[in-house]
Amino acid sequence: MRVPVDWLGDYVELPDGVTGAQIAADLVAVGLEEEGLHGGDVTGPLVVGRVLEKHPEPQKNGRTINWCQVDVGAANGTGEPQGIVCGADNFDVGDLVAVILPGGVLPGDFRISARKTYGHVSSGMICSARELGLGEDHDGIIVLPRLLGEDHAAQLEPGEDLIPVLGLDREVVEVNVTPDRGYCFSLRGIAREYSHSTGAAYSDPALLPVDPPTGGGYAVELADPGIALLDGVPGCDRYVARVVRGIDLTRETPDWMQRRLLEAGMRPISLAVDVTNYVMLALGQPLHAFDLATLQGPVVVRRARPGERLRTLDDVDRALDPEDLVITDSGTRVLALAGVMGGEDGEVTPGVTTDVLVESAHFDARSVARTSRRHRLTSEAAKRFERGVDPAVTDAAAQLAVDLLVELGGGTPDPAVTDVDQRAARRAVELELTMPARYVGVDYDPGRIREVLTMIGCTLEEAGEGWVSVTPPSWRPDLTDAPTLVEEVARVDGYDKIPSEVPRVVGGRGLTHAQRSRRAVAGALAGLGLHEVLTYPFVGPDRFDELGLPADDVRRDALRLANPLSDEAPLMRTELLQTLPESLRRNISRGMRDVAIFEVDTVTRPLTGLRAPVPGVGARPEDETLDAIRAAVPHQPWHVAIVAAGQAERSGWWGSGRPVDVTDVVAWAHAIADTLGVRVDRRPSDRAPFHPGRCVELTLADGTLVGWAGELHPQVVQRLGLPARTGAAELDLDVLISASDHRTQVAPLSTHPMATSDVALVVTRDVRFGDVEESLRAGAGELLESVELFDVYVGDQLGADQQSLAFRMHFRAPDRTLTTQEVNAARSAAVTRAARAHGAVQR
Amino acid sequence: MSGPNTNYDPVEVAALAPAVVDTAVTEALAAIAAASDLDELKAARLAHAGERSPLALANREIGALPPTAKAEAGKRVGQARGRVNQALALRQTELEAERDERILVDEAMDLTAVPARRPLGRRHVLTVTAERMADAMVGMGWEIAEGPGVEAEWFNFDALNFDKDHPARQMQDTFFVEPADAGLVLRTHTSPVQARSLLERGVPLYVAVPGKTFRTDELDATHTPVFHQLEGLAVDEGLTMAHLKGTLDRLAEAMFGPGIVSRLRPAFFPFTEPSAEMDFRCFVCRGEDAACRTCGGTGWIEWGGCGMVNHNVLRACGVDPDRYQGFAFGMGVERTAMFRHGITDMREMIEGDVRFNAQFGMEI
Repeated sequence: MRVPVDWLGDYVELPDGVTGAQIAADLVAVGLEEEGLHGGDVTGPLVVGRVLEKHPEPQKNGRTINWCQVDVGAANGTGEPQGIVCGADNFDVGDLVAVILPGGVLPGDFRISARKTYGHVSSGMICSARELGLGEDHDGIIVLPRLLGEDHAAQLEPGEDLIPVLGLDREVVEVNVTPDRGYCFSLRGIAREYSHSTGAAYSDPALLPVDPPTGGGYAVELADPGIALLDGVPGCDRYVARVVRGIDLTRETPDWMQRRLLEAGMRPISLAVDVTNYVMLALGQPLHAFDLATLQGPVVVRRARPGERLRTLDDVDRALDPEDLVITDSGTRVLALAGVMGGEDGEVTPGVTTDVLVESAHFDARSVARTSRRHRLTSEAAKRFERGVDPAVTDAAAQLAVDLLVELGGGTPDPAVTDVDQRAARRAVELELTMPARYVGVDYDPGRIREVLTMIGCTLEEAGEGWVSVTPPSWRPDLTDAPTLVEEVARVDGYDKIPSEVPRVVGGRGLTHAQRSRRAVAGALAGLGLHEVLTYPFVGPDRFDELGLPADDVRRDALRLANPLSDEAPLMRTELLQTLPESLRRNISRGMRDVAIFEVDTVTRPLTGLRAPVPGVGARPEDETLDAIRAAVPHQPWHVAIVAAGQAERSGWWGSGRPVDVTDVVAWAHAIADTLGVRVDRRPSDRAPFHPGRCVELTLADGTLVGWAGELHPQVVQRLGLPARTGAAELDLDVLISASDHRTQVAPLSTHPMATSDVALVVTRDVRFGDVEESLRAGAGELLESVELFDVYVGDQLGADQQSLAFRMHFRAPDRTLTTQEVNAARSAAVTRAARAHGAVQR
Repeated sequence: MSGPNTNYDPVEVAALAPAVVDTAVTEALAAIAAASDLDELKAARLAHAGERSPLALANREIGALPPTAKAEAGKRVGQARGRVNQALALRQTELEAERDERILVDEAMDLTAVPARRPLGRRHVLTVTAERMADAMVGMGWEIAEGPGVEAEWFNFDALNFDKDHPARQMQDTFFVEPADAGLVLRTHTSPVQARSLLERGVPLYVAVPGKTFRTDELDATHTPVFHQLEGLAVDEGLTMAHLKGTLDRLAEAMFGPGIVSRLRPAFFPFTEPSAEMDFRCFVCRGEDAACRTCGGTGWIEWGGCGMVNHNVLRACGVDPDRYQGFAFGMGVERTAMFRHGITDMREMIEGDVRFNAQFGMEI
């Protein structure tokens, strides 16, 4: 809401010389956050100029500038024409323009001086609207007759000060109005809040002499008793219709009103529209003006009928919904979507229309909200109705509009006044006077509580010892229960009075095992040289193709967003490796070579197929409903993924390095499991997006799948634009963490000597290293402390399909030094096992 | 070698003559002293103390002497060999020490420009910031709760008193999940975990919720469609807005330094009543510089929203609002990190450029 300061001053007493900044600060204290300050920041000579000469000069950069001589009267001290370079071309010789002379300052503390540019000394600047902070228009410079109108501009002389003419000495405070304070979308509401904040005297602009309702006015029928979908609340509970005849709507809206509208952010259009907008801004009541001559019968407010359509003033033909509340004449022709937007029928046309029917009505907030949302149609009216309009101001708003139309358009009001008023009585709220203190922690005196509530417009009645019955004012539909009244007491008394007190908490149990585990994994990976990154979880089906996922891969079954940011990425990723490679590619495109990155986040499994009920506010749903809500939320396990390319270790004068290869990635995947103290087994795996011959599947001892590590498939690497041999891994952290959630029990450490024995085994090349290692481990028995593959040989000394694997085995007993015989026996048992299982022959 | 000879005059054995022995010693000592390295000393040892050295040869002659002469000759030669061996050992020690010292000099390296051969990785500033905030809450005795990013509409809105037709619900810029009747959204705030926690854990309850949230904003310097919040919820008997303020003051101090406190301003949120916006005292100027660039001279920096838990939220979670009351707050992790670290462009944090991470240590 943009609040012109001088308009505000009509309704509340402002201190002399008060600044916009001070007003903004006072409004913040009662909950109206500052969005911006406008105006008051142009200083120095900004004057009327008349263009005397204009010489286009093409430049090397392709632009054409105009070298102008401008008459600025005596403002430059010499009376000689001023030479100014201008980049715009939307003016001609003879035009009146806005010229800022050297020494002037534009918004943004932009100081103007004479400077050499394009081969001339430019002594000042011809301004655009944006440069003056008058709006966003920067397509060209301001040509004054177009901005101010011919008549007004004709009165201006070159050299005249433009700051007051353009209202640049006037300040506008822009505040953010929260959705519970619909009444603050008016000067009336803002002035009231300013008064609450500062104690300044407030005079309610709605307290004007209002013609009382009579019989015989324009017929209005409120024909919506309320529909079940909107809890039976009538769509319209008050409708005031006033008629003004014989108006000249071709008359120009006076400057003062145009200026206020502009300052409040609305464009002046025509007298009838400007008056209704002015009243809306002043009192918060949206109005609609109909051309009386075109109306075919009484106004009937009802719900739309199936099949009805309306072409609204934004020129969109809309199919109406039976939930939409509409204004009709005679009940047949739809004139408007009530409280949202009018249609072409009944529209006021300057030069044609002479008699006007002014509608001032109170429409149900939810009904307007739904219609606005359903038709994706927002308007100044809808914005106010859905936040709540004061139903007591309806008649005063109509009166003010009638008065202005009479005054400015020369019309005559009909003496008959229609006011169909079916408002329900306002419900009082019971408040225990100790409650504000109990809630806020400030010891409010009961007298102060009564004072504040009365000040904001409530009516109080005693309701027994320590209780009051509070009837909130008509403009505060948000005051519905005791806590809302507590907030009024706290905010008007001042939030700054609330003390600081730390609650005495019994104490918690610290982070959970899962939370600690995720931190440990991320810390370990960072320690191993990987950088943590965060990627957006949005992907498109193309990505699944790029990753080579088979057509029937379950990972393609991804949750879809109804309104994605990009149509190319409407899905929620089912694995982190669908988004993480982008981050690698971006790093490489920025010149990094050695990049190893990881991400720890959740992925989204597909929809459960269940629907989550939405049972509404204010009551605990039944257990079955809650279970249904929870069950419909898809499973979202935590994963960790890695991608890496470039050098694992850098080479240079200090020694040789080596590239990251697939063994690094497998080792990192193991490091994740080791971080959590979980043993994982490896099996070869062929799974997209990995290289079919360079991928392992990791499982828990009980066979539960943990994830994959390997090299990306060469085609995937190519399609994603990654470096050759990029390694990757993706593990289900939830599986690992739940496997790690046990207390490790230690085994005693033996201090007896260790015996070492190497063995080389020849097996065929289809035998997996891990399988041979496993059979040695199983065969060696309890004395084996560790076994490790330290060399692999293939070559001339073996058959073409053979390989020789060299293992080093360490043996140790818990209670004694092992004898050579014992070690040999264990070693040969291991070899025997490997021979039996894999046909291994000792070399 | 001469055979035993009883008639033999020992004086006649030239090699054992005192002068000859003395000469051999003198020559030996000179050679030892002259040895400039261990190899030369080895050669001197061979020449003057080896099996073919004059003193070794002289020693052999003693056996052939008549018993009366043996003692004197043995003593003379023995002393001579002792002096030579002692000199050898001494010189050996000296030369070894010299050699060791020289090796250290030779092995010296210039380590002033060694790069990280295997550079350390880093955690992401947002996750570490969120952890730090969570730890501050844990330090106050709270627990850390979590909830899903793809969330039931009821938890994201209705449970929090966002009525279906309330403008606040439309102002959330929500991502909706297909099909429309799935009843699912991407959570627009971490607040649905308030309701989940109340329903699952009951009261009294003190939980903080770090997590990822979503709104349909295009990425620019100050907006991102995917961002992070830290939510706090306390429900107990006798909690007031003063407790809310005290908790926020502690958290502000933990994140921005001693003496940095919070401020409350009236605001509106459907799930709190009374509601407030919270600011924290500018940690750069502490409200004392009208030209401060960090806070724009206001002395305060916006942090998030908060308030007393709305009765309808307690009711939706089966908590009796006449007995229990509570407070809740939520602030942006991005905003917190941006202010702590002078980050002016949101994109730097979320593009995953490893140079961004590398500016930080593992703990921030």
